[in-house]
Amino acid sequence: MEKYITLPLTEEKIRDLQAGDYVYLTGTIYTARDAAHKRMTEAYEQGEGFPIDLTNQTIYYLGPTPAREGQVIGSAGPTTSSRMDKYTPLLLKNGLRGMIGKGKRSQEVMDAMAEEGAVYFAAVGGAGALLSKCIKKAEVVAYEDLGTEAIRRLEVENLPVITVIDCQKHNLYETAVEEFQRTESIRDY
Amino acid sequence: MRTIKTTDITRNIREMCMEANYTLSPDMKRRLEEAREQESGTLGLQILNQLSENMKIAEAEQIAICQDTGMAVVFIELGQEVYIEGGSLAEAIEEGIRQGYQDGFLRKSVVRDPILRENTGDNTPGVLHYEIVPGDQLKLTLAPKGFGSENMSRISMLKPADGIEGVKQAVIEAVSLAGPNACPPMVVGVGIGGTFEKCAFLAKKALTRNTDEPSNIPYVAELEAELLKRINQLGIGPGGLGGKTTALAVNIETYPTHIAGLPVAVNICCHVNRHVTRML
Repeated sequence: MEKYITLPLTEEKIRDLQAGDYVYLTGTIYTARDAAHKRMTEAYEQGEGFPIDLTNQTIYYLGPTPAREGQVIGSAGPTTSSRMDKYTPLLLKNGLRGMIGKGKRSQEVMDAMAEEGAVYFAAVGGAGALLSKCIKKAEVVAYEDLGTEAIRRLEVENLPVITVIDCQKHNLYETAVEEFQRTESIRDY
Repeated sequence: MRTIKTTDITRNIREMCMEANYTLSPDMKRRLEEAREQESGTLGLQILNQLSENMKIAEAEQIAICQDTGMAVVFIELGQEVYIEGGSLAEAIEEGIRQGYQDGFLRKSVVRDPILRENTGDNTPGVLHYEIVPGDQLKLTLAPKGFGSENMSRISMLKPADGIEGVKQAVIEAVSLAGPNACPPMVVGVGIGGTFEKCAFLAKKALTRNTDEPSNIPYVAELEAELLKRINQLGIGPGGLGGKTTALAVNIETYPTHIAGLPVAVNICCHVNRHVTRML
């Protein structure tokens, strides 16, 4: 199903999303990838808290290319999410509602998503030039020294993503491939 | 003896970094178009359409096709009758990478130390592979390698008794495990034979071969075709969301090996299989 969602996400909006839904997101999201996740976790463990309030927020696993003059941002596609799995349950316990990336997630992440009420979207990997067109504003809000890995606040308009794991642990990566194999009747394997 | 200036090498590498990151080679574009014509998965087709649109925007606006503009891998074939004038060949290449990534608005994705992880800020160093060959020319192939797919690559030290079936199994298994993480549709580079490091090198080099040209060893060409067919029967599809197009090509390179061994390396690349070659 096609759905248009205005951010921030709420528990109610998340309950309505199912694996397989094609979603257009509009509103504020934050970027963070490997180094920012590590630093956020260390800051939390040292009692300093997170540099941004995660309540109902969505994180896009993204490290963009630099913007040319007149551009908001450079190429801006998703990176592989599983590298963030180690850090993700802590963020979910602290209010994170949505994640945008690509690729599989661990069982621990799926369990924490179901418990806290969160959703995992995939953006198309390798379509960074196209996806950059949906980003209307970009601003570094933390860890500027990390360069491309800094935390950025983005304003997005109709960012196209696919609901891969919903809050009931339905996983499109498993069901879509099974479904395709069933319908295609692959015989001469 | 022929003289090649380091300034010419730097200028060429600089241009090649940009060219590779904004535009795919004609054969890769054809593979993607063919996939669009054949794909029957609903989401799969939608994703291939996005990739096609993305490619057009990247080329027209000179934006990187993918934000992971890779670690610069350079294959250097240096003719033994070439004299390099003006300093070190390696430094000339690194300077080209530095300028290309800076001036081309490409991402700086390299950390100085694998454990300490401080970004070098200019995407150097690259990974440089040298080969000394006959002649008086310098052949440079630049292949910026993204790590979503690099991370899903594998080496298997098979036994001779595992034979060709063992090789097939190793390749299929690597692709299956990679699944959606490697940004399918993928290009699969395979190295068979040599030693532990040689087969990895061959797998990487295989990715730079034109996908229109099968191996010139008949049984290897058949193996490439069979593996491509079997991989596309896995149903992983574009983005890992189901479809016929899991791989666009399988390229295999082989090398003599030891009586006790059968090394197989599988280097996976996403659909943004970037490589540019220039002859100086």
